Parts: sequence; structure tokens; C-alpha cells
Amino acid sequence: MKIANRKVTAERLVRDALDKAKHFADYNIFTFLNEEGALKKAREIDAKIAAGEKVGRLAGVPYALKDNFMSPEGDTTASAHILEGCASPITATAVEKLEAEGAIMIGRTNLDAFAHGSSTENSYFGPTLNAYDQSRVAGGSSGGSAVAVALDIVEFATGTDTGGSIRQPASFNGVYGLKPTYGCISRYGVVAMASSTDCIGFFTKTPGDMDLLMSVANGKDSKDLTTLDNYYHDSKLKKAKRIGVIKEFDNDSVDKNIKKALKKKCELLKSKGYEIVELEMPALKYALAAYYIIVPAEVASNLSRYDGVRYGFRSKKSEDLDALYSETRSEGFMPENKRRIMIGNFVLSSGFYDAYFLKAAKARTLIVEEYAKAFEKCDFILTPVAPNPAFKLGEKTNDPVAMYLEDAMSVPLNLAGVPGLTIPAGKNADGLPIGLQLIGPRRSDKSLIEFSKELTE
Amino acid sequence: MEIKREDILHLADLSNFSLSDAEVKSLGGDLQSIIKYISQLDELDTENVEPTYQVFEMENVWRADEILPQDASREELLALTVEAKDNQIKVPKVL
Repeated sequence: MKIANRKVTAERLVRDALDKAKHFADYNIFTFLNEEGALKKAREIDAKIAAGEKVGRLAGVPYALKDNFMSPEGDTTASAHILEGCASPITATAVEKLEAEGAIMIGRTNLDAFAHGSSTENSYFGPTLNAYDQSRVAGGSSGGSAVAVALDIVEFATGTDTGGSIRQPASFNGVYGLKPTYGCISRYGVVAMASSTDCIGFFTKTPGDMDLLMSVANGKDSKDLTTLDNYYHDSKLKKAKRIGVIKEFDNDSVDKNIKKALKKKCELLKSKGYEIVELEMPALKYALAAYYIIVPAEVASNLSRYDGVRYGFRSKKSEDLDALYSETRSEGFMPENKRRIMIGNFVLSSGFYDAYFLKAAKARTLIVEEYAKAFEKCDFILTPVAPNPAFKLGEKTNDPVAMYLEDAMSVPLNLAGVPGLTIPAGKNADGLPIGLQLIGPRRSDKSLIEFSKELTE
Repeated sequence: MEIKREDILHLADLSNFSLSDAEVKSLGGDLQSIIKYISQLDELDTENVEPTYQVFEMENVWRADEILPQDASREELLALTVEAKDNQIKVPKVL
């Protein structure tokens, strides 16, 4: 990525990014443009460079921030009506770390409200359009971030991935997207969705940029007790020999061009001396059902805090406190937020807890074990990210289950806590990008990024 | 299982939503199809399998019991609410 220096100023980089953001306004990528703040920071960095002072590893690099990361620059809305006007006094740890190295946020990006969705169509601010075809979806939930990188507005963008929200939009827009190992990057200051699967990650144009961002953002944070020790820097690079492909994912629901792209990458790996191993992982068939029990249960709990009392939107129809809660929540949430909260309360309610929530938690054990067994037979796994390239706007909005099926091959990783990296793998006949997903064992993030370089021809 | 109108109203109550009739109808249909989908877990044999609730590799992360400075002040937090009075958040009548 381009870093500011004596010849290329941070102000130039930031101005270019802001100009491009405005040029592509019809894609509906940003919920907020940080013109004043970004230029001020750029000038500060340029002054340091001019004075010969030390600057960070990301000096003057413009980036886009998914609008569910808190910082005082712009309102943190999570693209939800209920958080409209919420200007956070605190800054997310991930944002602090990026900015300490000199990265400059030029705008906040659109998402499915509260990151609930796979197309960015569930945003209160309307959908973001695909970088390659404006009649198609950006993917989701981090659609705005993926398109901001794909259209080369910014060098990188942040995302969150609870069930595929980084990897699927990365594949729909032809960029790299990483969901790290669960616990790798602090979630302090990020709007919670499902605490046992939420991860923070990035969109980039190259594996090298991904490695740099990971080395900046990873590590233990006393404000998020689910962060792992700083393992990233010291990870030994794994010498991979065997790459697994999952037999159960070779089925009719997967687009033939995606299957072809996977086969092509396997041939490439074979020609480089790698062994391709076929894996049987029968429990993965149930991962999506387990996910859509566990995650709504956690969503119902995490989203109970939005009540119109302390921050954000408050309904005018609030003659007493009970009405304030229920009217604010009814007006402030999108239909998909309501579906997930109600499903969550259903699977947790007495009489259904054992049949749904407990059953899903047991299925999760089988999925975790299946990955452990798979990684005894291979070093990494290569699979599709989603069953199809970017679909048409409105194609799945009236059928929530069809939308959920988008996530069938991305959610198992979140249930197991293992990392996954979307890599661009060509385009179909319509010019739409195809992505594949490289999966590794927990804590293999660095090796995974390094290995992805082997997949470029 | 079949989701009836009263089930939807009960879930709306648990979720603190006041739904219009149109929403009760549309959410009812959606929830029915989602529950049908997730019910396929019935097929999976989970006998003698322990549940997994989290995939963090540690448990019981301790910290010292001391009051640390917070990232946001009382004034900054009160500024986020619709109405504050006497250093408190103001809400409509409770009863």
C-alpha cells in the first residue's frame, strides 16, 4: 500500500481517497465522510515527516471503517435507525491501534443493520451496490467496506465477521478478506452481535497488506478479556504440504463456475508439488442450522440493551416507560433484526431450550471436532466462500431462509473459531468476481496469509 | 412445529416489540420457515455429546478488583441521551 513520505504527502493520499469516495457516491458505500478530520490528521503527519520525525507503519494511509466500530469521528450507527445520532465518546481498540500507526479514517461504511445479513440490503440507509455490477448486491454484512477497497477508494477497510460478513462480500467484490482466529483482535468498542463468534478483520488488495494490518491490530487487550496473547508476531510459518477439499461442499447448490475455479486452484497447487486431500466432514451440513440457533440467541441477549433510554433514537410514542422501550425497539430495528431477536428468544424459551439451543451447542462440538480431525489430514482447507457470485438486488429479500443459505460454507469457521481468508479466484462469464476461502487451524493466521501467495498464478 | 398467532405475540412480548397486525403476519410466516429450517438438527445424533458454548481457549480470565479510569466521563455519557436532568437520564412515568 502507498504510505506517505516526503514525495507523496498524506494530504495528497487523503484528498485522492475523498475525491474517489465522492465520485462513487451512487454506490452508497459510506454512511459518513470524514473530510475535515481526515485532512487535519493528514497535515499533522505531513508536518512530522517534514520535521524528520518518526511516523508509523501506516502513515497517511486512508482507510474505511465499518460503521459498527466506535470512535468520536462521525456517529456510530451500525446502519440502524435505533443508533442514529449516536456519537461515541470512546474509541475501539482496533481503531486506536491503526491510528497510532498513522492510518487515517476517511469514512464510515454501510452494513446490514447490526451486521444482520448477507447483502447489505438490510441497512437503514439502503443497499450498497456491487463494485462490478450496480444491479447486484455488495454482499454483507460488511458490503460498504468491501466495495470501498474493490473500487480502490481506500487501501484497506475494517470489517466484522460473525458468520461470513467479511469473507462473502470480499468474494463478491474480488478482494482479500480475513476473518482471523477467534480472540485475535480486540472487540472493545465494536457493536456486539454474537459474542461467541464475532471477529474483527480486514479487506485488502494484497496478502502483504493483510499481514501488515494483522501485525498492527492483533493482541491482548485488558478491555476485552476474550483476546488471546500476542501470538501473531511469533507464529512460525507452517510448511504446508497437504491441502484439503471438502467432499460435502461439492454439490449441486454450488455454482459451476465456482467449482471450476476451485478445481483450477487445486491443479495449480498440484503443479507446485502440493498434495490434494479429500475430506469428509458430514457434520458441516448442520452448521447453518446450528448457527441460526446459537447466533440469534446471542443476538437477542446483546440487542436487549437498545431501549431508547441511554443513547440513540427514542420513539415519540412513549407515554410511559414500557411504551418507550417497545415503541423505540419496534420503530428502530429493521425486520431482519426483529426476526433474529424473536428466533433467539424462541430457542431460549422454556420448553424449546433443550430441543434447539442445547442441541445446537452439541452440534457445535461435533463441528469443532471435525475441523480438528481434518487438520490432522491436511495443513489448510480450500473451499468456496458462498454458493454463488453476487446476486441481484432484491432477489432474496423476501425469503430469509434463501438469504441464510448464502452463509452455509462460511459459518462453520465461526462456530469452530478457526481463521478463514477469502482470496480472489478470477471472474465468471458476466465479469463477476469469484472468491475462494482458505481455512487453517486456530492461530495459523500468519501462515494462512503467507500461503495464499501460492495461489496466485 | 406450527407457529400460531399467539406464539408470535408471546415472542414479541419477550422481545419488547409492539408489532402491527401486518408485521405479526409477515414475521409469523418468516419465523415459521426459519424454525422449519433449523429443526433439521433433529436428524443429527448428539447422544453423549457435550455442548460447546464458546471457542475461546481459556477460561476464568481474572483481573484485579480495582476501579480504573473509564474511557468516557459522566457528562459525555449523559450527552448521548435524549433528555437529561440533574445529572440523571430522564424517562417518562413508570407507573
